[in-house]
Amino acid sequence: MHIADFTFYTFAIILVTAALFVVVARNPVHSVLWLILCFIQAAGFFVLLGAEFVAFLLVIVYVGAVAVLFLFVVMMLDVDFAELKAEMAKYVPLAGLIGVVLMMQLVLAFGTWEFSAGVEARLASPTPPLDEVHNTQALGLLLYDQYFLLFQLSGLILLVAMIGAILLTLRHRQDIKRQDVIAQMMRDPAKAMELKDVKPGQGL
Amino acid sequence: MDGFFSTTPGIALIMAAQSLLVIGFVMISLLFLVYGDRKIWAAVQMRRGPNVVGAFGLLQTVADALKYVVKEVVVPAGADKPVFMLAPLTSFVLAMVAWAVIPFNDTWVLADLNIAILYVFAISSLEVYGVIMGGWASNSKYPFLGSLRSAAQMISYEVSIGLIIIGVIITTGSMNFGDIVRAQDGDLGLFNWYWLPHLPMVFLFFISTLAETNRPPFDLPEAESELVAGYQVEYSSTPFLLFMAGEYIAIFLMCALISLLFFGGWLSPIPGLPDGAFWMILKMSFFFFLFAMVKAITPRYRYDQLMRLGWKVFLPMSLAWVVIVSFLAKFELFGGAYARWAIGG
Repeated sequence: MHIADFTFYTFAIILVTAALFVVVARNPVHSVLWLILCFIQAAGFFVLLGAEFVAFLLVIVYVGAVAVLFLFVVMMLDVDFAELKAEMAKYVPLAGLIGVVLMMQLVLAFGTWEFSAGVEARLASPTPPLDEVHNTQALGLLLYDQYFLLFQLSGLILLVAMIGAILLTLRHRQDIKRQDVIAQMMRDPAKAMELKDVKPGQGL
Repeated sequence: MDGFFSTTPGIALIMAAQSLLVIGFVMISLLFLVYGDRKIWAAVQMRRGPNVVGAFGLLQTVADALKYVVKEVVVPAGADKPVFMLAPLTSFVLAMVAWAVIPFNDTWVLADLNIAILYVFAISSLEVYGVIMGGWASNSKYPFLGSLRSAAQMISYEVSIGLIIIGVIITTGSMNFGDIVRAQDGDLGLFNWYWLPHLPMVFLFFISTLAETNRPPFDLPEAESELVAGYQVEYSSTPFLLFMAGEYIAIFLMCALISLLFFGGWLSPIPGLPDGAFWMILKMSFFFFLFAMVKAITPRYRYDQLMRLGWKVFLPMSLAWVVIVSFLAKFELFGGAYARWAIGG
């Protein structure tokens, strides 16, 4: 077996096992930790594909930021999870049904999936030759030259989403004291404190 | 024999030996860094510091490490044991693996990744997990509060660190540490290094790394007057040692990062003197000295001030700097000081 195959199967087995534990773990914090392991294995796949830039973006964005927020929320929930799990048993048939429907849809979709003529040429055409440039550069060229408008538009959409989230949660409370940072920084040390030269053995 | 070292097991053997060399270097430096930290701190406070074990107390850290290892591991009754044990391991291992891409001299690097900076950034963004897991698994209020503080703090300052690094990447046109350092080479010695064109960001980066590594004045996760020792309260023995070692290794890594990004890595400051690993180690030690001095002479920040500084001061400044650097690099202003890829420097 080639070393890349070996690495692939190691990543794959760990990924699937970790994904299983995400679902079956009793403690939700453990679930999130298993999920993090999943993300890291998926990043490993990207490295195997030669897309190391995407791999590290996955680690930085999903593991380093998104999963931390997950973990934050899950850790601070004060819920009796054993009770919740027992409650969940009632919904297992429904969950199974949804799973089967999704599976069927996937099978249907892939059963009739076919590529239109020339799609491979179209896919490859804007890509710079990968043996000349790093994939970071290739990705940058694609995003900022070829698909500049789409890239900017997606940025704008994210900006709108961010402003929306801030607007929804921002409320000005009048009944609390606030820090006035400028006033704090502008204070004159000479007026705020008094320096005393204390002689040893005498005190003030 | 030559044939063996070009086969897969041979290369693996060489890699293992090189990795051991780097680990050995980092661990031995760690011993003296902790000692140096305590000595500098003591000197500022007009104390003697460790001076009993070995000549000038040099072996104090060895004795301390030994003491930690032989002590009993106490796991709190309500703790989540697997996660409790995993947390210090994560913290230590992640601090260690980041060294794989740090070059000590031209081509003296374990893995010459072309996205080395991104790798270090990813690893340092993972380091927060050791702290969060430790705080949560202890099943106690103080560690939990400490870990929440730490997580919020590390994420906030990572943003500005990332943006500052982007400025350096734009100037170099590469994410490889070797390329970044080679781009700083020139006839002017230390005036060719990035600290001059990126001057304001050097200070921002230094302060952000202090916050990122939970060093004073930003050591709120372990503010002993409020939280006893933050996320480490329940840890004893070897797990505590791993936490502490991980922290110091992360600090030393940040020193290496500052030297590589802004101070020319292994390049000699005076044109004519030979370049080499000596300069790199000297620069790293100097920045560690600065870290120790900051610890000794600054009072602790208030938490709301820390967050304000990160989000309302550092983030806008570093974001503006990225725009300015892009502009300066695009039009190759200042003789191409911001576009080293264009002038072939």
